[in-house]
Amino acid sequence: MKGKTNGTLRTMTALAAGLLAAGLLTACQPNSNDTPAQSSGGDTPREQDAQEQDAREPDASQAELERGATAEIRERGKVRIAVFADKPPFGYLDETGANAGFDIVIAKRVAKDLLGDENAVEWAHVEPANRVDYLESDKVDLVFANFTVTPERSERVDFALPYMKVALGVVSPEAAPINDVSDLEGEQLIVIKGTTAETYFTNEYPEIELLKFDEISEAFQALTDGRGAGLAQDNTFLFAWANENPGYAVGVGSLGNQDVIAPAVRKGNAELLEWLNEELRALGEERFIHQAYDEALAPIYGDVVNPEDLVVEGGEL
Amino acid sequence: MPNSGIDALLSVNNLTRLGQGLAVTLKLSIISIAISLALGLIYGIAMTTKNKLLYGLLKLYLEAFRVIPLLVWLFLLFFGGARAFGADTDGFTASVIVFSMWGTVEMGDIIRGAVQSIPACQRLSAEALGMTKARIYRHVIIPQAVRRFTPAAINLVTRMIKTSSLAVFVGVTEILRVGKQIIEFNMMKNPMASFWIYAFIFVVYFIICYPVSRLSKRLEAKWEY
Repeated sequence: MKGKTNGTLRTMTALAAGLLAAGLLTACQPNSNDTPAQSSGGDTPREQDAQEQDAREPDASQAELERGATAEIRERGKVRIAVFADKPPFGYLDETGANAGFDIVIAKRVAKDLLGDENAVEWAHVEPANRVDYLESDKVDLVFANFTVTPERSERVDFALPYMKVALGVVSPEAAPINDVSDLEGEQLIVIKGTTAETYFTNEYPEIELLKFDEISEAFQALTDGRGAGLAQDNTFLFAWANENPGYAVGVGSLGNQDVIAPAVRKGNAELLEWLNEELRALGEERFIHQAYDEALAPIYGDVVNPEDLVVEGGEL
Repeated sequence: MPNSGIDALLSVNNLTRLGQGLAVTLKLSIISIAISLALGLIYGIAMTTKNKLLYGLLKLYLEAFRVIPLLVWLFLLFFGGARAFGADTDGFTASVIVFSMWGTVEMGDIIRGAVQSIPACQRLSAEALGMTKARIYRHVIIPQAVRRFTPAAINLVTRMIKTSSLAVFVGVTEILRVGKQIIEFNMMKNPMASFWIYAFIFVVYFIICYPVSRLSKRLEAKWEY
């Protein structure tokens, strides 16, 4: 978004007006982060040695800030986590408007182990396309938004150990099944913007025409309206959807490389990354990701999906 | 489909959440419109200046908002500002700033047009009567200009209300975003939810914008001479 092309004059005028506007606004700060301050569970953070860092004075210099990232979060008393608000079953808002889903269950547990309270979280609702920006502009500490690890993304953010693995699939009507990618020749394939499915087909099969949608619901609506021959998305999600929607089947069950999904921190935030990896290993030992699966995904995936196809414990594939 | 999907709309929780989203939409719009009106008046009158340099600067500011999409300005302030200067504005504040800056130039341009449309003889006559520049504006130019700019300004107000939905992209949970969240939550068991939720949001925008645009029509008719 470096659109500042011509002249400093405009920038200066714009800034002056912006400052003026900002001055008028001081009274209108919203209280948009509706995290209820419920009583803490009484748990102390697991990392005893990390607590000593509380004593360290936060320094203004960048290096110090990065090194003291967990200390800074503890001082703030809240960890800022980016999640999805409209991508069930991974990150969504339930009937009451509370954050819920597979990513959220794990994120809450991480918050509890970091701060002793699973509600000490400032949730930021992100879109697939702006997750990297939220980290780079330091608006959040962690991203738990079904973030697939890719080489391009790894250059801009630091991924922790994965907690989930996915492969792509293609769902299609049983009446006109797509059982192989070659069946897609001359047809339109529905994908969701910013997903690995979009990247995969753009790179590997540029000849297949893609019909792109912003939202999962819009994409599936398009499939049921017959606007495309098939829909490509994470195979586990497709199995669950096909199970709920008679007349559709996952003709292509596994496609491309298996990808992993991991939380991410800001590039260079080594201390938080190390803490998070340690935390994920500890969670793996108690098989917490399986618990999260049972809580958030099992009700939707039911018997059609084997949890072992999806869950990664302690980052071990 | 076992049901029509309207229950996604009729649940108390969902209606409350849509109401909260509407409150955010209105708050965002009203603050931006108020700032735009106040600053737009100053900006518009400043645009009638004979000073070439000042005019050039104001014109540059106007064109910057005409040429560059608002969404780009939003991203520039929300992400770019944080990255370049460490100015960590939240989504709501960033939206208010961008919408106000845009509203100011649009409003200002409308006001400039209205002021300049007052025939020169009005000003000359007032000068001949010995009125000062400030009094000429207060008693001669502005009262006549207001009648001319009101319909266009009200039109801009409805545009600003509708444009406020862009705030979705910087994480503001306004009515459209709440609607999307409810739709996505219902996607597995209630695919028809999107129809009812969008229909509801359509009606809500209509209820807000229609009276405003009616008002503009009535004022136009009333002030015709």
